[in-house]
Amino acid sequence: MSKIWIMIAKRLGLGVLTLFAISIIIFLATELLPGDLARSILGQSATEETVAAFQRELGLDQPAHVRYAQWLWGAVQGDFGTSLANRRPIADLIGTRLANTMFLAIYAAAIAVPLSLILGIMAALFRNTWFDRGANAVALSAISFPEFFVAYILIFVLAQSGLFPSMARIDSTTTFADALYKTFLPALTLTLVVTAHMMRMTRAAIINLLASPYIEMAQLKGMPPARIILVHALPNALAPIITVIALNLAYLITGVVVVEAVFVYPGLGQLMVDSVSKRDIPVVQAVALIFAAAYVLLNLLADVLATLSNPRLIHPK
Amino acid sequence: MSETDKPVLLRMRDIHIDGRTEEGWQPIIKGVDLTLHKGEVLGLIGESGAGKSTLGLAAMGYTRDGCRITGGSIEFDGIDLVKATERTRRSLRGRRIAYVAQSAAASFNPAHRLIDQYVEGPVVHRVMSRQEAERDAVELYRRMRLPNPEEIGFRYPHQVSGGQLQRAMTAMAMSCRPDLIVFDEPTTALDVTTQIEVLAAIRDIVAQFDTAAIYITHDLAVVAQMADRIKVLLRGEEVEEADTRTMLSSPREEYTRSLWAVRSHVSPAKPRPAPDAVPVVSVRAVTAGYGRMDVLHNVNFDIHRRRTVAVVGESGSGKSTTARVITGLLPPRQGQILFDGQPLPPDYRQRTREQLRQIQMIYQMADTALNPKLRLRDLIGRPARMYLGLKGKALEERVRELLRLIELEPNEFIDRLPSELSGGQKQRVGIARALAAEPRFVICDEVTSALDQLVAEGILKLLDRLQGELDLSYMFITHDLATVRAIADDVVVMQNGRVVEQGPKDDMFRPPHDPYTELLLSSVPEMDPDWLTRLLAEREKGKAGAAADA
Amino acid sequence: MEVLTTLFWIAVAVSVGMAAGWLFLRVLATALPGRAGRVFRSAPISAGFGMLVILIYLLVAILAPAIAPFSEREVVGGQFLPWDATHLLGTDNLGRDMFSRLVYGARNTVGIAFVTTALAFLLGSVLGLLAAAVGGWLDQVLSRVVDVLMAIPALVFSLLLLTIFGTSVVTLILVIAVIDSTRVFRLARSVGMNIVVMDFIEAARLRGEGLFHLIVREILPNASAPLIAEFGLRFCFVFLTISALSFLGLGIQPPTADWGSMVKENAVLITFGDITPLLPAGCIALLTVAVNFVVDWMLHRASGLKE
Repeated sequence: MSKIWIMIAKRLGLGVLTLFAISIIIFLATELLPGDLARSILGQSATEETVAAFQRELGLDQPAHVRYAQWLWGAVQGDFGTSLANRRPIADLIGTRLANTMFLAIYAAAIAVPLSLILGIMAALFRNTWFDRGANAVALSAISFPEFFVAYILIFVLAQSGLFPSMARIDSTTTFADALYKTFLPALTLTLVVTAHMMRMTRAAIINLLASPYIEMAQLKGMPPARIILVHALPNALAPIITVIALNLAYLITGVVVVEAVFVYPGLGQLMVDSVSKRDIPVVQAVALIFAAAYVLLNLLADVLATLSNPRLIHPK
Repeated sequence: MSETDKPVLLRMRDIHIDGRTEEGWQPIIKGVDLTLHKGEVLGLIGESGAGKSTLGLAAMGYTRDGCRITGGSIEFDGIDLVKATERTRRSLRGRRIAYVAQSAAASFNPAHRLIDQYVEGPVVHRVMSRQEAERDAVELYRRMRLPNPEEIGFRYPHQVSGGQLQRAMTAMAMSCRPDLIVFDEPTTALDVTTQIEVLAAIRDIVAQFDTAAIYITHDLAVVAQMADRIKVLLRGEEVEEADTRTMLSSPREEYTRSLWAVRSHVSPAKPRPAPDAVPVVSVRAVTAGYGRMDVLHNVNFDIHRRRTVAVVGESGSGKSTTARVITGLLPPRQGQILFDGQPLPPDYRQRTREQLRQIQMIYQMADTALNPKLRLRDLIGRPARMYLGLKGKALEERVRELLRLIELEPNEFIDRLPSELSGGQKQRVGIARALAAEPRFVICDEVTSALDQLVAEGILKLLDRLQGELDLSYMFITHDLATVRAIADDVVVMQNGRVVEQGPKDDMFRPPHDPYTELLLSSVPEMDPDWLTRLLAEREKGKAGAAADA
Repeated sequence: MEVLTTLFWIAVAVSVGMAAGWLFLRVLATALPGRAGRVFRSAPISAGFGMLVILIYLLVAILAPAIAPFSEREVVGGQFLPWDATHLLGTDNLGRDMFSRLVYGARNTVGIAFVTTALAFLLGSVLGLLAAAVGGWLDQVLSRVVDVLMAIPALVFSLLLLTIFGTSVVTLILVIAVIDSTRVFRLARSVGMNIVVMDFIEAARLRGEGLFHLIVREILPNASAPLIAEFGLRFCFVFLTISALSFLGLGIQPPTADWGSMVKENAVLITFGDITPLLPAGCIALLTVAVNFVVDWMLHRASGLKE
């Protein structure tokens, strides 16, 4: 057993290292700013005094490594500094929005993961039939659609008739059931986009597996098809399926940005887009760090689970 | 022993099977009849592409993806498998007809223990309860002479060696006491010394339970030990069929006779080198390995001018690593390589172009040794252009000359891609590419082991002829002792990274031997149908003798 | 009832698309001689459809000034005019001709995406194949850098970089190309790795061939099939990313006609039941579907007849 734990420990260590490297990149990106950050934000008309005062406020008079250390130390404790646009603490801005975005992502994943696994396994089982070809063509098309196209089609079809609201405005007073209803369209948009990817990848992973000699052996032992899938294919498909799920949940992170913009949903993606147009750099950095951390952690989790599902590693020689 | 008075178990009539290719459906099996009686073992033999496996699987009413049965009937104990429902076929598979695959390592499910995979058949087919099946497994593991039969079933496939897995798979096939087992090249992936044990175990268990079997192989000597009758296939058609002894002593057809005669080529003996002659290549006290592990330990041998040194050993013995040290791909930890008595730089990147030119290599898999996107003109022309500075007309003429040397018609072949060649032709191109550099020393790494026997024979003859014409010295890496007998002047036997014995071929094939050489030599199957029986008896006697001595 | 009509029109569109794809394949198969013709004869209808659509987009992009009745930036009438004979698809939020902007959009959006992909590809595949061929510390350094860059989601990373460098077309192209080249690097390296372990590469090394010959003559020809397919997939990805950024107002900037920003500018109409703003989005979707269909076919061919 010890070998497998060493592998997992190594993977965790690598994850921490990656997070560290990402924080450096996100921090250093602002250092690459052409010209002077303060001047580019305040505009050409600013006087020397205002620029100097602003620089002091941002701590720009200190060397980069000191500022990085302060920023990282703050970020670890949940303090990302203050927004340039409205001078509020960034942590306050992020708080509820992070929860909202997670709610939307989990909502979408809860529909998408089971749906796409079932569709993917079915497409693999009935491969090269009309069902498979049809599902494949639809999935390929869905992958090709920009998220906002899917979103507007859904609005056009489902919100026009008044079935669902086209704006997902929720706040602290919204009940859970109401939130589910109001965010149905954004969640459905994400589901459609992600399901197509996940279904295709699941199908490919299973078909790849069904070509193994041990599956043929099971067939030649006269095993019924359901048993072949459940007992022979599935235990070996765990690792690829876990990878597929993690990859697509990570993909949700990107999708959420556009979908939130379409449905005016008060989430992190919306905040990031707003801050980018206002060039509110500390906020963009904070949100980017959160998205990247979520992405890294998801991949980390998937790797660890995939390692744990490998019989060769669980039962060493 | 006549089998024909026993009742018929399986009768295939005029079977046609098609396979899907890029040009549509192409016939694989073109109307073969096959009859098998209860308790009889039929050997199916043929070269690659003969359709042996396809026919063997059809005996179970099974075709692989991309294949379909287009005509004929398969009658198993009164049931037509072609017309039967999938349900009926499934109820027969595993229970009355079982299968043993070529690669046990790939055919056991890596996620389950051996015993779980064993009991699955009997339990799902309702032949035994789980407890009965588990007890039975131990009994069969014992009969298959597996070590620790009580315990081995509780291991996962990756925890068990290849030879043991193959025996465990045979036990699994036996689990429902089927009437028929299809063995699909069960020992091809094994080393010769391991093969013996598996062959003996399979033969015994089939005899004990009076199970009928179809034994598929490309190895004549193996089929001679196992089968009562032999059927020869060629490109999806039957060549002939007869009982084993008749087939071996007096084959009717020309093709069968050519198969039998394949191993007749023996290169003429050459005079031994003078004691003071400087060898072309000397391997001096080489110790080498990967990472922290040593694969070679103090390896020494010489290769003299115009001689062929065969380096023999089983997988993992260090043969190929030795070649990598000589070519400079793997610089040794200790020791050196001498060329004409002068030391070569250990790393190929430090060798001069002239030094690189002198040592050329021919690979086992011609498929991966030739760049699939280059035409023969460029494949063969490149070394001539690089080393000898040939250009334009002179280069073209040289390529044509080399093609003629390897017996390929230049006008027809010069602009072909490797994918437009047969396996034997690809290997010839590999030879031509090596010769284009005009080397003095050529390493041949298992050059014939991926080829059919007739084709391999042609390659060996070609190499033999070229040696005389072009003044070449060969190092021949092989695990096949028949090849050694055919072409070698000197033999180096390796085991676990050490040279256990070396000397001229005639001395090597004459006792007394080093014990490992003895084991290796005696394990090579012979065409005599009684060989396995005799060998096992001798080894038994040897063991008893040793016990008596102690 | 409305659902049925929609379904009917979808069915009509699919059948017309299939027929056109089939016809296009027949034309190609008869027009091209020998091997090339045979390849197209066995191609699936979806691939034929895809190739036809790509061809049409190319023609529209090249001939944009000849096709468009108005210029891309000119205000030619009132805001949000409905469809009529002069303004085939009406006008947009500023009174510019929608159809003309759609035609010019083919040139701008597709052109920028193509340049970006080409750049990403050049950078990624050269470094990827180099890492595979040279190995050792070069490979280690490049791979670790790419690992870290890839650990940041692409859209989030590009948003961050665009905040800093501003949103001009040149920065847009450079930022997306660099981020995307990491994905190309990954693929090129792994394809290269599979080739590098083959015996013919060992033979070439032992022959004393230089790095340039090794990459250009021995590795590249064998990596071309997966790399071309990857080019198609990358193009779709870049195209969608740029459209998404433009839609968010952070990509291609007005008044340049661009499909992503056109959706954003006119999105209000959707709530009034007007599908005009969906047209540019549809143009994006159609092209990506087409490219995906062609790539799918190419990948299937490259993998032989497995499955």
